[in-house]
Amino acid sequence: MHIATSPAFKENAHVALANAGLQKALARSGPSFIARRASAVAGLPEFEKLRDTARDIKNHTLANLDFYLEAYEAKVLESGGKVHWCADAEEARQAVLAICQAAGARTVTKGKSMIGEEIAINDHLERHGITPIETDLGEYIIQLRHELPSHIIAPAFHLNLEDWEDTFRKTHTDLPSDRQFNERRDVLIEARTKLRSKFLAADVGITGANFLIAETGSSVIVTNEGNGDLTQTLPRVHIVLASIEKCVPTLEDATSLLRVLARSATGQDFSVYTTFSTGARRAGDLDGPEEYHVVLIDNGRSAMMGTEFQEMLRCIRCAACMNHCPVYGAVGGHAYGWVYPGPMGSVLTPGLIGVDKAGHLPNASTFCGKCESVCPVRIPLPKLMRHWREREFERHLSPTAQRANLALWAFFARRPGLYRLATRAAAVGMGLFGRKKGRFAKMPMASGWTNGRDLPAPEGDTFFARYAKAQRVGQI
Amino acid sequence: MSKQSILTAIRRGLKRGPLPSDQTTMLRGRLAQHPRHLIPARSRLPHAEQVELFVRNVEKEFGSVTRVPDMDSVPGAVADYLAAQNLPGRMVMAPHAELQAIPWSARPLLEIREGRAEGTDAVSVQHAFAGIAETGTLMLPSAPDRPVTLNLLADTEVVVLRASAVLGAYEEGWDRLRTEIGAMPRNVMFITGPSRSADIEQTLELGAHGPRRLHVVLVEDSPR
Repeated sequence: MHIATSPAFKENAHVALANAGLQKALARSGPSFIARRASAVAGLPEFEKLRDTARDIKNHTLANLDFYLEAYEAKVLESGGKVHWCADAEEARQAVLAICQAAGARTVTKGKSMIGEEIAINDHLERHGITPIETDLGEYIIQLRHELPSHIIAPAFHLNLEDWEDTFRKTHTDLPSDRQFNERRDVLIEARTKLRSKFLAADVGITGANFLIAETGSSVIVTNEGNGDLTQTLPRVHIVLASIEKCVPTLEDATSLLRVLARSATGQDFSVYTTFSTGARRAGDLDGPEEYHVVLIDNGRSAMMGTEFQEMLRCIRCAACMNHCPVYGAVGGHAYGWVYPGPMGSVLTPGLIGVDKAGHLPNASTFCGKCESVCPVRIPLPKLMRHWREREFERHLSPTAQRANLALWAFFARRPGLYRLATRAAAVGMGLFGRKKGRFAKMPMASGWTNGRDLPAPEGDTFFARYAKAQRVGQI
Repeated sequence: MSKQSILTAIRRGLKRGPLPSDQTTMLRGRLAQHPRHLIPARSRLPHAEQVELFVRNVEKEFGSVTRVPDMDSVPGAVADYLAAQNLPGRMVMAPHAELQAIPWSARPLLEIREGRAEGTDAVSVQHAFAGIAETGTLMLPSAPDRPVTLNLLADTEVVVLRASAVLGAYEEGWDRLRTEIGAMPRNVMFITGPSRSADIEQTLELGAHGPRRLHVVLVEDSPR
């Protein structure tokens, strides 16, 4: 299991802000994700309506999830596959290991899978003498560097070309040390060459799934590199890792979701490889796996059903929320301390590892609302983060000083007359006090703000008062 | 097996027991009818324009297209393409009847092996079930005569597609698959352009693990 550093979010964020390489990567890549999505959306007039459709399909499925999961399983069995139901990460790890051991596996190639990260399957296989090899380019280098992905669709988001070169030189020691890495292409070709032999030698291939389809018993993966397809086609055994909320009813439902997925994620109209896999090799087939297993994992999802967090189970892992998040854009993914970063992580992580450990994450938001405005399945992420803050408060997990301040604020907020009087007194007082400079360089109890910037002095009155005045004189 | 405990937990969350039979009948009906949702208008065009849209989209996604008047012209188009890319004429080809019927011997420099691809194959020739105009996507269901490895292992993949198999939206592809093939094939690939990765500095590079080049030979024939 990955040790979550989410409780240390504040320290992590400080470290991230001072990390020059990370800041370079964030400055380079952040804006391009936003621009590419905007361009893809602009090219499809129906996009907003398709978001409604996507939301409705997911809601319908969740409301009948028990039915669709059983229908899905029946179809997998019919097509010669097996479904392994796993309540938690430990059961899932055991199921995967048992399949690999039964296959006599020594090496396992892996397509990118976030649930695979969640259950830390690589560590488990390694402990039992099986070598897992990540084949998505970003995941490959993350594995070589013993890091976690910093982004759910671009795992090596935080790295620069020099990091790739450095890691490849240290790891691929069988290659000439005087070889040149002049451009990205050189890195790509070296990784492609290295991994090609691994694909061909692996005994088992493990992929994730973007969708499971009840109508046909299919698992769907979406990639641009083709690594997922090589992983699920060449080895003798294919294992699909999927959490229960990946299920959708029909091919048409999946198709509608795919229309918003790639556009929201990478800004492509469609990913290069969108592949539907159904069962094992058929009679007469010249290729494909002889065994097809689906490890179907709950790991905290069913506990979210029926709660205010059920809406989070609509998530299709496109990463649009983190690509548009000012907090993610400032500190990157590792600061979040576990598998899922950004706004979706701030909602999902407390649900999966506990709000006592991940309580900082839903607080790390400016509530600008950008995440919700780009979410392809319209998850109200800020509202869900607020729910976590409420739970954190109710369970007395927030710090004493913060609670005392909130209690003080609540005292005034419940007495509007007193609130206005007090804020007006403060505004007028501060306005007088700071009239000369127009700003405060220091402020008691607000050093968190004034350490980094000045606090502007109020201009003499409160918003309430100025608004009322403007109304009186007919300006608004 | 945790199946029952997971299903029970889901039902507890939904505050109900197993669905009543009228409800499951309704849901089974939805699965059987697989209703379509909103389909973007962009591909709702006369067939000739759908073909144009398909070609434009393949090229937009870094693929290339040669249009030929009939199947007899395919060997010439393939040979010319390979020569232009400075590639040898050795190819592994899907053992599909339509490809086997092509007069390859007209181009004696093309050396063809039928079957699945191996790691050493440089060029593959695949048969397309359909082309989806909406995004310039090839639909390639697996079958004994359409091996999946042909789409993955060669550096260059050439795909032969009849113009009559160009459809508007993905949903039309699913309907055609249900009519012509029936049960879901083991593998259905939708391929849009050659393999690529943006994992290095979020900058696009072509030819990650799959083919670096994707070339479509589009054979004109009348719509079915």
